[in-house]
Formats: sequence, structure tokens, C-alpha cells
Amino acid sequence: MSAVADRYPELQKLGVEVLSMSVDSVFVHKMWNDHELSKMVEGGIPYPMLSDGGGNVGKIYGIYDEEGGVETRGRFIIDPDGVVQGFEVLTPPVGRNVNETLRQVQAFQLVRESKGGKATPSGWKPGKTVLEPGPDLVGKVWEVWKTDMARD
Amino acid sequence: MPEEFDAGCARPTGGPVGEDDAPAEKETEEVFKASAREGTMIKVGQKAPDFTAPAYYKGKFAKVKLSEYLGKWVLLCFYPGDFTFV
Repeated sequence: MSAVADRYPELQKLGVEVLSMSVDSVFVHKMWNDHELSKMVEGGIPYPMLSDGGGNVGKIYGIYDEEGGVETRGRFIIDPDGVVQGFEVLTPPVGRNVNETLRQVQAFQLVRESKGGKATPSGWKPGKTVLEPGPDLVGKVWEVWKTDMARD
Repeated sequence: MPEEFDAGCARPTGGPVGEDDAPAEKETEEVFKASAREGTMIKVGQKAPDFTAPAYYKGKFAKVKLSEYLGKWVLLCFYPGDFTFV
């Protein structure tokens, strides 16, 4: 969660609010922030650290692990209408990549601003080719988009 | 947006919003619906289930409700636990 805090200014610039959530109590959140995370990120965690004791919220989001009694690494991107645009769920030992989260947010924002008129192909990043789906593009994606554009 | 609350000795909790508002006679049906949803993944393109939860935020304890963030992009990150390693 410190990795997300580290990129918080960039997320804020994109108009993204961050909420973190685990089954730990708010008292433990305070201790973790004050005694460890604040040593990794200056000023500590800048967003609300939510407590979901019992995993009631995690259960409806489908990411609660009944056996372990914890929440798995579920990350949800929710748009201004409250609609889930994307999610990624990992088992506990592997951390997420905040770069990918930022990339996806930028892609979803571009699509939203175009009112669905634009689509971002695989590996899209700001500055790369955007597709405008329509009758004229059918069968002609190969002319405007190459697989090497999906690479970094 | 986060609203400060006074923490007592009880561990504060939150939960899904909606089910509790249902009339009593509807309770069984609502509980059934809720349990049917549990453990199944939600879908992209659908509304994120609303919830309230207590939070630690900038040195204070606050109550957070997801639906109060309508109009903004939200990144909701679950993780296994405080003081874990990743």
C-alpha cells in the first residue's frame, strides 16, 4: 500500500481517490501507518485506510478468503458513475504494479471522454495510437496498428 | 467524504449498504440474495456495491461511504493485512 501512496500525487492529478481496505481494525491501521508506512512514504498514508472486520465488504466484492480469514489483493477501478471498469485479484505473496493501474485509469478516462468513440489497443499508453471503432475500421486494424506497438 | 467519529472500546465495523434498509418481512429474501452474491465475483460494467466502513485517515478515525465518491474515479485496493510483507 506504500507503493500506491508513493504514486498518490499522480493519481490525484488524474482525479482518482484511493481507498485501501483490509480486515484489520482502524487501531491497527494507525499503528501500521505510524510505525512502518510513514517510514516508507513521507507524511504517511495520504488516503483513508478502511477496516472491514469480518470481511463483509470483501465478501460482496468476491475477494474474501474464508479459509485465511483475510482479503486477497483485489484492486477495483470504479468510474464517476460508480461502475466497476476493471479489477485485478492476486494471491497474497505477489504485489501489484501501480504503473499498470495508472495506465488503465488513463485508458478508461480516454474512452469515457470520447463517450465510447475511442478504444485503446493492447499495451496502449498516453501518446500511443488510439483506435476509433466503426464500419471503416472493420478488417483494417492491421493497417493502423502493429503488434510491436503493444510492447513498451 | 470521510466524516470523523469518536472511537470507543468496541472495534468499529461497517458493511454493505442496502440490505439493512429492507423491511423486516423481506429479511429472509434479502439475506438469501446477499449470501448468493457472496463469494461470486462482481462484474465489470456493473455498479460497485455500496458500503460503509470505518477508516483511519490523516490521524483521525472517520466513516467512509463509497457512494459519497460518486462523480470521482475511485481506486479501491484490498490487501491481506497490516504488517504483512508485500
